[in-house]
Amino acid sequence: MKHTLSVLVENRPGVLTRIAGLFARRGFNINSLAVGETEDPEVSRMTIVVDGEDERIIEQVTKQLNKLVDVIKLNDITQDEFVDRELIMIKVCCDSSNRAEIIQIVDIFRARIVDMGRNTVIIEATGDGGKVSAIETSLKPFGIKELVRTGKVALVRGAKNRHNE
Amino acid sequence: MTEVRKVGDSMKAKTLTGAEILIRALKEEGVEVIFGYPGGQVLHIYDALYNEKQIKHVLTRHEQGAAHAADGYARATDKPGVVLATSGPGATNLVTGIATAYMDSVPMVAITGQVACNMIGKDSFQEADITGITQPITKYSYLVKDVRDLARVIHEAFHIASTGRPGPVLVDIPKDVAVSSTEFVYPPEFDLPGYKYIYNGVTAKLTQVVEAIKKAEKPLIYAGGGIKASRAHAELLEFAERINAPVTTTMMGKGAFPDDHPLALGMPGMHGTSYANYSLSECDLLIGLGVRFDDRVTGRIDAFAPNAKVVHIDIDPAEVGKNVQIDIPLVGDVRKILTSLLKQVTAKQHKPWLDTVYQWRREYPLKYCTTTDVIKPQFVIEEIYKATNGEAFVTTETGQHQMWAAQYYKCKYPRQFMSSGGLGTMGYGFPAALGVQMAYPESIVFDIAGDGSIQMNSQELATAVHYQLPVNIAILNNNFLGMVRQWQDLFLDKRYSHTRLEGNPDFVKLAQAYGAEGLRVERPEDVRSAIEQAIKSPKPFVLDFVVEEEENVFPMVPPGGSLNKMLGGSD
Repeated sequence: MKHTLSVLVENRPGVLTRIAGLFARRGFNINSLAVGETEDPEVSRMTIVVDGEDERIIEQVTKQLNKLVDVIKLNDITQDEFVDRELIMIKVCCDSSNRAEIIQIVDIFRARIVDMGRNTVIIEATGDGGKVSAIETSLKPFGIKELVRTGKVALVRGAKNRHNE
Repeated sequence: MTEVRKVGDSMKAKTLTGAEILIRALKEEGVEVIFGYPGGQVLHIYDALYNEKQIKHVLTRHEQGAAHAADGYARATDKPGVVLATSGPGATNLVTGIATAYMDSVPMVAITGQVACNMIGKDSFQEADITGITQPITKYSYLVKDVRDLARVIHEAFHIASTGRPGPVLVDIPKDVAVSSTEFVYPPEFDLPGYKYIYNGVTAKLTQVVEAIKKAEKPLIYAGGGIKASRAHAELLEFAERINAPVTTTMMGKGAFPDDHPLALGMPGMHGTSYANYSLSECDLLIGLGVRFDDRVTGRIDAFAPNAKVVHIDIDPAEVGKNVQIDIPLVGDVRKILTSLLKQVTAKQHKPWLDTVYQWRREYPLKYCTTTDVIKPQFVIEEIYKATNGEAFVTTETGQHQMWAAQYYKCKYPRQFMSSGGLGTMGYGFPAALGVQMAYPESIVFDIAGDGSIQMNSQELATAVHYQLPVNIAILNNNFLGMVRQWQDLFLDKRYSHTRLEGNPDFVKLAQAYGAEGLRVERPEDVRSAIEQAIKSPKPFVLDFVVEEEENVFPMVPPGGSLNKMLGGSD
């Protein structure tokens, strides 16, 4: 089962390696990690997605993360109601013969074309992991030249925030 | 630890260099002794130490020695040990010492020099990314890039090292930070929004523990280093006597409960006593206090305390449930929780259980075969115990001698026995003994060593002689890396691959070369008088005991085995 951890950390050098190190020493792969400043520039929020076949290891890593001096607050939001988004940019082979079809797919997914070259287009899409994967699959037959995907970012629904959760 | 250590009154703002700020801050933190080794990038820090009267600096012969000495000092005094080294190789030489302290939760502040900020990351001369290298073996680490942060960082470092679950903190100070100046104000404010620990356990869980104790017929207390860290030995004694439960103490907890108390069962685990291990296997309630269910204690996990409800009280939430499934977890300071428990727990008797346990103790005591023609290593420890009345500070290296010391030297006090339990560091004991002797110049200090281990830091004989630290080193010399040889003996068909130590020096001459004293002892009847001679000597003294070469440590739970099946336990 995939776990989504929402972690508020000090916005300081070295914090990312400390966190990544805890996973690495247990041979744990991080599926995705997204980090950016919050409303408080001294605090960053990391959204970490990890595969946790063994719940005890997840529990152990979570506890170890919580112990880090740079970790202000950690929540495993896997069981919570949350909104999550990923962003994907795909560079697809495109010429006059298939352009219309590609634009149709883009419309269906409510994605956007953000660049158009002689033989390629770059498509941008946001959504949860499922939607982002679906658009990738749909565009695959045209020939994907390059692709970049952000990690998942997530926020718990409702009134909860970092001061009252 | 319960109170934040005392710091002096805020000083009037005054401009000082980074090096001066460091020394002033150390004084404000109550530091009396630091162990260290100079070098290029700590030149100015050492300059600030020139003619320093309040802080005594001990110059070792190797940075690793300095780190272990600071560790021994910390374990003996319950105050953070401080070690100072230069950048690059100086800093990397601290690594084993820091890792040792980390595994055993010893409060330590390690200060390293670093190349100037504009040289960092360029593979400059004597540059090493020491904060990166030590990241998994420190509780926290700092690279101070602005002199204005320095006082705060030192203040935080001491706070982090000594509160919650103690541990080492590293502060890396670039050369330009040491020479630039700023105003000095102390104590500065903490900036640690993420540093958290829980001192008081949950009250609801406390009631569950009280109920479990009420119901238990065969309770057992399993106490560890956390008792020492939280200074809970008096509470532990009262608790054990109140509920009449036998107590097994881990090597880290040795001395937290008096070894000669009727309820004391000694050490559990791989080389624990048979009766401690049988008790673990048979108890119906196991109360873990400041322990971490280490693999050397538990043996095979699914056969560990199979009949017991398990209570775990510890300050580190990450330890609870890490190795063993816990029925009642209580996160908090052991002393606080024991104090609360003592208010609710009523006196109990468990005569049938104690009868059984005491019968195991009578039937399967720790034992070894005595002979008159060769010295048995266990006999040496027993004689040291008798000659010192059980009052000496004992440090050990790592190996067979360490296990024999833990088995045969009975401790009375919580801060009497220092040994690298978690990391199992050879070369720890002698420098640690120097740290202990620095703290207690009048006390008798013994480093119990092997002929392998002592050679890992024997250069510190120079330090011992120079600072007139009359540490006694008892080498149990079997001409082997004894513990590895034992495993080769028992599990690899006596194929002694590279464990015979050919080319050992003459340890007596080695001692003499440094200006210490030495004595080689080859006959059992000379053991006692040699020990007494060493104790009387005002100099560091090396006792080279030529012992039975192929003696094994028993009992022994084979690796991965269950605790009730020991080699040499019951025959």
